[in-house]
Amino acid sequence: MKTRIALPGAMLTVASLLLAGLLPLTGAQAQNTDVQSAKPATALAKPTPDDGEAIYTSICQGCHMPDAKGAKGAGTYPALAANHNLETAGYPITVVLQGQKAMPSFGPYLSDEQVAAVVNYVRSHFSNSYTDKVTVADVKIARPAAPH
Amino acid sequence: MVEQSNPMSRRRLLSLIGMTAGTSVMYQAATSLGFAAESTYSGPPKLEGTPKGASVLILGAGVAGLSAAIELRKAGYKVQILEYREKAGGRSWTLRGGDSYTELGGFTQTVGFDAGNYINPGPWRIPYHHYAVLDYCKRLGVALEPFVQVNYNAFVHSTKAFGGTPQRYRTVEADFHGQVAELLAKATNQGALDQAVSKQDQEILLEALRDWGALEQDLSFKPGEISSTRRGFEKDPGGGLDGAPVPSKPVALSELLRSGLWRAIGIGHGYEFQTTLFQPVGGMDMIPQAMAREVKDVIRYNAKVTAIRQTGSGVTVSYVDARTGGTPQTASADWCLCTIPASVLSQIDKDVSPAMNAAINAIPYEASVKVGLQFKRRFWEQDESIYGGISYTDLPISVIGYPATNYGSTGKGVLLGAYCWGPYAYKLTAMSPEERVREVVGYGARIHPQYTAEFDTGVAVGWHRVPWTLGCFGHWTEETRAAHYKDLCAIDGRLLLAGEHVSYLPAWQEGAILSAMDAVTRLHQRVMAL
Ligand SMILES: Cc1cc2nc3c(=O)[nH]c(=O)nc-3n(C[C@H](O)[C@H](O)[C@H](O)COP(=O)(O)OP(=O)(O)OC[C@H]3O[C@@H](n4cnc5c(N)ncnc54)[C@H](O)[C@@H]3O)c2cc1C
Repeated sequence: MKTRIALPGAMLTVASLLLAGLLPLTGAQAQNTDVQSAKPATALAKPTPDDGEAIYTSICQGCHMPDAKGAKGAGTYPALAANHNLETAGYPITVVLQGQKAMPSFGPYLSDEQVAAVVNYVRSHFSNSYTDKVTVADVKIARPAAPH
Repeated sequence: MVEQSNPMSRRRLLSLIGMTAGTSVMYQAATSLGFAAESTYSGPPKLEGTPKGASVLILGAGVAGLSAAIELRKAGYKVQILEYREKAGGRSWTLRGGDSYTELGGFTQTVGFDAGNYINPGPWRIPYHHYAVLDYCKRLGVALEPFVQVNYNAFVHSTKAFGGTPQRYRTVEADFHGQVAELLAKATNQGALDQAVSKQDQEILLEALRDWGALEQDLSFKPGEISSTRRGFEKDPGGGLDGAPVPSKPVALSELLRSGLWRAIGIGHGYEFQTTLFQPVGGMDMIPQAMAREVKDVIRYNAKVTAIRQTGSGVTVSYVDARTGGTPQTASADWCLCTIPASVLSQIDKDVSPAMNAAINAIPYEASVKVGLQFKRRFWEQDESIYGGISYTDLPISVIGYPATNYGSTGKGVLLGAYCWGPYAYKLTAMSPEERVREVVGYGARIHPQYTAEFDTGVAVGWHRVPWTLGCFGHWTEETRAAHYKDLCAIDGRLLLAGEHVSYLPAWQEGAILSAMDAVTRLHQRVMAL
């Protein structure tokens, strides 16, 4: 039930939607977690939509690390550096939008422009040198269908 | 308990509230109308009958794994625990002076707090209705003290209102309630409520509003003795010749509404945040430490589980030394109870049904960051009379939490300088620990200018960089619950799961323990039926 409201270029957060009362409070969420009792701050220094590097350094590197080499503890964060899975651009677009396993979906956080920018950045840095660029239209198409 | 009235009309009311107000209001309403359920715990499970030598291998020594081990052992099972870390507790964790913590990416922090000072980077408060947690504290002798949630003298702060000057919780709540009460009283007297409220009830309503809002006899909320008994005086009543109090002046309703500060006065009304809350004396990890003492001979630390294999008659788990790697070793048992967070478990090679595997893969882990800051003195107490409790701000740090212990001590003090989730938690996590602390000190100085001169040292935990959880807690939606939750709870051959993520109380220790109690109960039934 990830409601997505398309405002081009705007940085929207699930949290701000919740606060604005735009998302319904469902049964499963009726429990307030300790964490969510804090007011979610929406003041993520807004990267300009086409600044893939700023998006990488303010979100992605938290897990994938500043050098994009990932990390290993009890579990693993995969390296994005020299990663052959990035060859087909559709794959990273889908993972960013929808998440995968424990990785949260960033579809609700990022605009189409921002997703395209960060995917292009990663595919052309960290020993990845794919030259084909992802477009905003590619991201738009990959967005999961609007909720019923 | 609140009486159950007609559910249809309650639901309609809730949807109305939801259309016009934020979820915190909605949540409060849901709670006061009796939807939010209390813990189902009614004492430790009674596992009757002997398990005839059956063995259980428990993976993970957080509160779920530890409580399961205690109950299974008591019932006669042979129990072993494999734990990745060098100590028990998992997310139920306390950082003290001298502790060293290395997050993913290799960033190491050595905590510079003075003796006695600590921060709980994970759980920090226990609601009075988390019966299972409180029962373990009682049975194991863990001393509790009150955790202060609402402090009327703490701040509520908006960068966009009152010129960025923090306001006292007390005045914002008093003025908001007072003026809403006055408005409602006016509406009543103008006949606007005649359809909804009988004449006779209107009399009572007016009396109640006067009482609730601290209104004058004429139903107005204005500067004077009555409103000052809520919002505080400009000059407090004193003794002797100059003892007469000077009343304070309420803030105009419009300014209050536009400030948005009313958002910050509702949290303590939520079911999980109502007085009385508790914290263990000395740090949250006092709970797992006490639990681990009960089962210390069966815990193997520094054991990183890498594979879970099962046959029709038992389970074999491979693990390596978490520090040195090396050759995998194995541990076997008749049954396996796995409490490893789904974030990590999803990556472990394992024999589980496709349905359970899909369930494990369907739980994203939320971001959260907590930052503990030590200051040279407890200026919040000494300068501002803030003893425990929480200030709320629209700055990215979200909150400042004051220590609810050792009031009045003269040495250095530690407060919670930030507790965030959502976008800013990602951003903070992406920084180095030193950058996080620096940024958080900068923000906090806008609420407490003393920060600049008094800051001493800090520690910052971004939960996505915690090597053994890869996130803060498992996030469920209504859809994922419907599709996967039952499969996650199933007894899958010889394996079943427990933990915070296997509960309807995500991100609460109570949820972790209740899932463990449910798991051992169902496991025991299965064993007795064999
Ligand atoms: C920021 C934050 C705030 C919170 N606030 C509160 C609060 O105020 N009150 C409250 O009650 N709850 C709160 N919680 C929730 C609470 O911490 C959890 O619900 C609870 O501690 C989870 O217990 P668990 O046993 O399910 O998992 P964990 O405590 O995570 O235990 C799992 C164990 O498995 C181990 N493990 C992981 N991988 C492996 C492996 N491969 N091999 C072997 N072992 C492994 C881990 O090291 C860990 O010890 C908060 C949590 C966070 C993160």
